[in-house]
Amino acid sequence: MALAKLTKIAAFAAFALSLGMAAPQLAMAQEAAPVAAESAPVAEAPVTTPESVVAETAEAAAPAGDASYTPMKPTEGKGMPVDGRVDFQDQYSDLGIYAHWLDTTILLPIITFISLVVLGLLLWVMVRYRAAANPDPSKVTHNSLIEVIWTLIPVLVLVGIAVPSIDLLAKQYKPAPADALTVKVTGYQWYWGYSYPDNGDFEVVSNMLSEEDAAARGEPHQLGVDNRMVVPVGVPIRIQTTAADVIHSFAVPSLWFKMDAVPGRLNEKVMTINEPGVYYGQCSELCGARHGFMPIAVEALPQDKFDAWVRSQGGTVASDAAAVTEQENSAEPAAEAAPGEAS
Amino acid sequence: MTTIAADAAGAHDHHDADHKPAFFQRWFMSTNHKDIGTLYLIFAIVAGIIGGAISGMMRLELAEPGIQYLQNWATVHNGLVGGSEATMDEAYHMWNVLITAHGLIMVFFMVMPAMIGGFGNWFVPIMIGAPDMAFPRMNNISFWLLVPAFILLMGSTFVSGGSGLGAGVGWTVYAPLSTTGSVGPAMDMAILSLHLAGASSILGAINFITTIFNMRAPGMTINKMPLFVWSVLVTAFLLLLALPVLAAAITMLLTDRNFGTAFFNAAGGGDPLLYQHLFWFFGHPEVYIMILPGFGMISHIVSTFSKKPIFGYLGMAYAMVAIGVVGFVVWAHHMFTVGLSVNMKMYFTAATMVIAVPTGIKIFSWIATMWGGSLTFKTPMLWSLGFIFMFTVGGVTGVVLANGGLDDNMHDTYYVVAHFHYVLSLGAVFSMFAGFYYWFAKMWGRHYNELLGQLHFWVFFIGVNVLFFPMHFLGRQGMPRRYPDFPDAYAYWNHIASLGYAIMAVGMVIFFINIFWSLMAGRKAEGNYWGEGATTLEWTLSSPPPFHQFETLPQIK
Repeated sequence: MALAKLTKIAAFAAFALSLGMAAPQLAMAQEAAPVAAESAPVAEAPVTTPESVVAETAEAAAPAGDASYTPMKPTEGKGMPVDGRVDFQDQYSDLGIYAHWLDTTILLPIITFISLVVLGLLLWVMVRYRAAANPDPSKVTHNSLIEVIWTLIPVLVLVGIAVPSIDLLAKQYKPAPADALTVKVTGYQWYWGYSYPDNGDFEVVSNMLSEEDAAARGEPHQLGVDNRMVVPVGVPIRIQTTAADVIHSFAVPSLWFKMDAVPGRLNEKVMTINEPGVYYGQCSELCGARHGFMPIAVEALPQDKFDAWVRSQGGTVASDAAAVTEQENSAEPAAEAAPGEAS
Repeated sequence: MTTIAADAAGAHDHHDADHKPAFFQRWFMSTNHKDIGTLYLIFAIVAGIIGGAISGMMRLELAEPGIQYLQNWATVHNGLVGGSEATMDEAYHMWNVLITAHGLIMVFFMVMPAMIGGFGNWFVPIMIGAPDMAFPRMNNISFWLLVPAFILLMGSTFVSGGSGLGAGVGWTVYAPLSTTGSVGPAMDMAILSLHLAGASSILGAINFITTIFNMRAPGMTINKMPLFVWSVLVTAFLLLLALPVLAAAITMLLTDRNFGTAFFNAAGGGDPLLYQHLFWFFGHPEVYIMILPGFGMISHIVSTFSKKPIFGYLGMAYAMVAIGVVGFVVWAHHMFTVGLSVNMKMYFTAATMVIAVPTGIKIFSWIATMWGGSLTFKTPMLWSLGFIFMFTVGGVTGVVLANGGLDDNMHDTYYVVAHFHYVLSLGAVFSMFAGFYYWFAKMWGRHYNELLGQLHFWVFFIGVNVLFFPMHFLGRQGMPRRYPDFPDAYAYWNHIASLGYAIMAVGMVIFFINIFWSLMAGRKAEGNYWGEGATTLEWTLSSPPPFHQFETLPQIK
């Protein structure tokens, strides 16, 4: 009870403050309510990773707002389709690797085997029971045992498939930790907007590059965009999708990620990217004339580089805000929290 | 058709049963199930030529990366209504019109009229020993509603649909692209077209259910009905239960578009996903509507050419009933990425997989029917064998797509396109060709050319596999559906697929040569030209059957 109440207070304080100062939630939670932070140990994770340490030292050397971000060069064949391939794109998230494993190790062998069994049986009866080889047809029309067998075996195969499949679903729906970075993806006719509510709520508008521009920048034609969705690598990111006009779908095949962007709804799903890189996708719900021309490019960067990118966009970074608010808010949270406690 | 006219003249004075009305009365005011079946088949072939030509345009454009033809086509299209040179957006819009038209034509104006209207009308009354359908005049209006429906759909491509001429929303007609996203009358015309086609199918379904329940010959109990009749009965129930839901959904689209309602508009308290739930509550049974009559035909053909009764008759019949029932509770697997809750996704994953069980029973029962038989490989049997294998391939990729977690990658990619073309273009269409060759001489009194028939099969079989199998690879590499252009990395398999289309098209040329040649000069057919394996009632009649059959009802043992 007490813990729940404290968390509630902390959350309210954080909310009130973020309204007042546009400061990120993460910093508030740590400042105002250490209890809440402890109750969710994952909240600490991003701060204690080696990248973050590097980030802080880098920030100490170079003052906030430095424009050290330069768009990463895409790696040929990584995070993008490869011509002539028959497999899925290589996966760069744990869930993607699991799903790919489920397909390649479980389902693909099973469906290939079933197809070959049916083909083999067909070829066998075509040869063995052709009229020349078997002029007198049998009159058998029932065999209960075999009918039970060919009902039960498929049931068992399907149960075998369903177990890992349901497990994959459960994992895909594991919510992001409370302090995860949120990126709100908005589909427009016909471009994407990426806003960062935890970093000052700036929005990046992302349009497809023309063929010439893509070639000049070394980007794949029809996948390259002018402004990418930049995210930190290795940490869970809360992707929220919505749309401004008609339904779009935010899809990145190499991350096994697809979530429709529906006007009037806010869909949420976790994305965790294992290694730095540029990962391309394309709108995957018919949205009008230029449906085929609103690609997606996600750039995953180490935390310090991500922070630099945020500053280059005029946004605020958690560590900056923490430094600022530390001086200002020592008295404020309690005062702001009081009405929350009363209600 | 000339054959029929000739026969009509020749047979005029034989028999009362063969008294045929004059041309206009016979073909425009028809109450004869066989004539209406013929009208449906002609209609389906015409629609199939148009729908197939549209897919040819799409494969031509997709053969190479970049936009090669679309802008010119859009300019020509604009010119037909006095417009100017097409912009790039109009060209892209035309692409969406092509995919929409291809889907709607193939589903509503080719497969359904051929399977249910064509073969169903022709053979359901005969197989149950009835003289005609229960409501002959309703049968006539069922057919004649399709004609204005098709004209409305074709006409919609000559009026504005927003960013260009025609309705470019996909056959699924998702809101809000089909409401606020498509201004202009094209979308309204397409919706009204679906209304008429839906009404036509509902009337047809009522007719089939009434006929099958009430007009079976003495001794023809439900559990003695031929499997094709079973399949049409199940299909008719699916139509009767599913189509009104589509009608409701598209009526709400109309009022959202024109009368200020907000069923699917979030800003007015509605929900775009409501449309998807309604659509797929219709749309999933619809895919079984398109395949079940094919199951029935394949059963007869496999049995005939094995000279053996069907194996596990009751299991086959009730497997179709099971597929029909379960088909109504799996619809949201078409919506795995819209933001369903985890429980819904788990349920729809599991429920969808269940369908593989009755489908597996059917596949194995067909093989068991052949087992121990005495097989001959005439054209209809080749199409049936092709059907069984290709439908299996389409079925197992369906089991993969049923997994909601995997579908997060495959949804709306070419993998899905490959899957449903394997069950429809290689499933439903193969079964229709099988039925067409099987009953060709029964319907027109002249044999098709066996060599051309087998050539048609092999060329078409190779063509569609080269066309559709690479789409699995494109989908696994992530290529989304409904794209007029693609990144260079999808060029290789797209090129192969377009070559496959060309091979398939050659097969279709052979088919049409065969039809025309056979109708003109084919060998005259006797009543039961397939011999001892063909046991249903249509083989007790002459080829073609008399204008009115079974004036004295047959007695079934």
